[in-house]
Amino acid sequence: MSLSTVEVSTAAAPTEDAAAKGIQGRTPLQLVVARLRTDRVAIASIVMILLIVLLAICAPLIAHVTGHSPTEANVDTGTDANGQPLPPGSAGYLLGTDNLGRDILVRIAYGAQISLLVGVLATAIATVIGVVVGLFAGYYGGWLDSILARIMDVVLSFPYVLFAIVLVSVFGASLPLTILVIAFFSFAAIGRIVRGQALSQREKEYVEAAHSLGAGDIRIMFVDILPNLVAPVIVLATLLIPAAIIFEATLSFLGLGVEPPTPSWGNMLSDAEGVGFQAWWFYIFPMLFLLATTLSFNLLGDAVRDALDPRTERIFAARRKRKPV
Amino acid sequence: MTRFLIRRVILGLITLWVIVTLVFVLYYAGPHDPARQLAGRAATPALLAQINREYGFNLPIIVQYWDYLKRLVPIPGQFNLGISNNNRLPVTTIIAQAVPIDISLAVGAAVLWMLLGISVGVLAARRPRSLWDRGATVFVLTGISMPTFILGLLLLYVFYYLLTIHGIAIFPKPGSWTPFTQNPLEWAHDLLLPWITLALITAATYSRLTRSSLLEILGEDYIRTARAKGLSERRVVYRHALRSSLTPIVTQFGIDFATALGGVIITESIFGLPGLGLTVVQAIEVQNLPVVIGIVLVASFFVVAANIVVDALYAVLDPRVRIS
Repeated sequence: MSLSTVEVSTAAAPTEDAAAKGIQGRTPLQLVVARLRTDRVAIASIVMILLIVLLAICAPLIAHVTGHSPTEANVDTGTDANGQPLPPGSAGYLLGTDNLGRDILVRIAYGAQISLLVGVLATAIATVIGVVVGLFAGYYGGWLDSILARIMDVVLSFPYVLFAIVLVSVFGASLPLTILVIAFFSFAAIGRIVRGQALSQREKEYVEAAHSLGAGDIRIMFVDILPNLVAPVIVLATLLIPAAIIFEATLSFLGLGVEPPTPSWGNMLSDAEGVGFQAWWFYIFPMLFLLATTLSFNLLGDAVRDALDPRTERIFAARRKRKPV
Repeated sequence: MTRFLIRRVILGLITLWVIVTLVFVLYYAGPHDPARQLAGRAATPALLAQINREYGFNLPIIVQYWDYLKRLVPIPGQFNLGISNNNRLPVTTIIAQAVPIDISLAVGAAVLWMLLGISVGVLAARRPRSLWDRGATVFVLTGISMPTFILGLLLLYVFYYLLTIHGIAIFPKPGSWTPFTQNPLEWAHDLLLPWITLALITAATYSRLTRSSLLEILGEDYIRTARAKGLSERRVVYRHALRSSLTPIVTQFGIDFATALGGVIITESIFGLPGLGLTVVQAIEVQNLPVVIGIVLVASFFVVAANIVVDALYAVLDPRVRIS
């Protein structure tokens, strides 16, 4: 991870302008932002993610404006004269209604809250645990490393979808449990990479220098070594978010995640499947939003990886967070 | 090599033991009453007491744990995964009925995803940054972002529902399953959509692995030597480069194949195939814990065993590992 703290400005020809400005020092963050700004795919995915965040934040507003609750059936207006669901574009229902006459747009907006909450929170917890475990294992080595590395191996070789389902079935489905289960099965992916990096970093001269200055182990780990591992951790975390969102949607689809009537994209699709292929709009909208979200995060993750350091690809090639099949 | 393998087997056994223990804790120490579940809704206190005595639920937890472990020792006559709370069938029988479906699913899908994944990867690696490569990247990212149940539902909607209501009934309805021994053609016909679902989702990872691994290998000295000898590009790529870039693919394949053998929950649920995955979900819905635990153990066993086989294959495929 050799993100030099100062890089010579890459202005092409030494014009008078550039000469007048002199050579600028740029921080790694500035460099990454500059690279991302020229990446059209990255810009598009960031815009998409911001739109979905906006949708999630505005969910109560949308419910208020339309007057449709995400969970209550709209008995009078939500169905046509024969009690059939309304197709998209019907008066007051932009994306139509489901078989109970509920507004699909409002439900999707609330579903976005769940997906983003689970994706970000589970990833955050997994990242914190993974970084701490990985740093301790890689920095101290010895028996602590053996134990922690074995634990991560075990977690990674778990049939984790099955195990998550068992956990949920014993303790009952709930949002906090869903988040914790996802975090537990994701931390090892980060921990393993942090460990590997910490193993090589601790042999570097700057660590020796910190030691000789009297820095303690904790300080060396978190103040000296950790900043050098930020790049792979950020990339992996960005890629864990869509994996967590898929996991939540899958659990909810199986009826083991978010409990109806609270809408999540997964249980909306499960409801849609429950009534057969009655109407295409029951499916297509939750599917589109779910795909747009996961695809945006994956595209962004790839772009961030390229921007941070094109060479990190090799670290991730070996193993990627797997998803339920 | 032998020492290495012995170490891996011991590690695998420890992993299985950890899983068994976790499952045991969940099963027996979790907030539920196994006796009440066995007894059913209208349980009298006397019946509960009798069940507790018969099954030993009132024994100290350590004793129950030891008995549980002893039942898992793989000796014929002693090995026993318990009895289903639902229909009183031995769990081993239930698993034996479901496993052929998972084998069929895994084998068919694996052939498809390896062919598709590796060819897309090779295509991308031979012409990096070309249009082919871009296309491959789109394929990979879509595959990684696509939840399995969405792809399954889409395929089912388009190829089963839409075609069928328009009078073109090419694909069978969900829940169709014919054993291979009965009619191989019918078998493949019934499994085609589930195979495609599983293969498309999994192939993405293989394309990415093949591409990055092959690109790295193509930059090595011995490839330049091979080209300098005047070998055709085809021979260089397929005989020399692809062979050594297969190592990471073999690792991934072992784990994916074993996971598929242990039940593909989503695919089976959507296509109504009564393999281990659907069986376990159904067992969970009625809290039929002996079946749940039996299947978790079998699935874990597949994964752990695959990890060991993969490590052994690693040494065979990559001469560098063998020498060191």
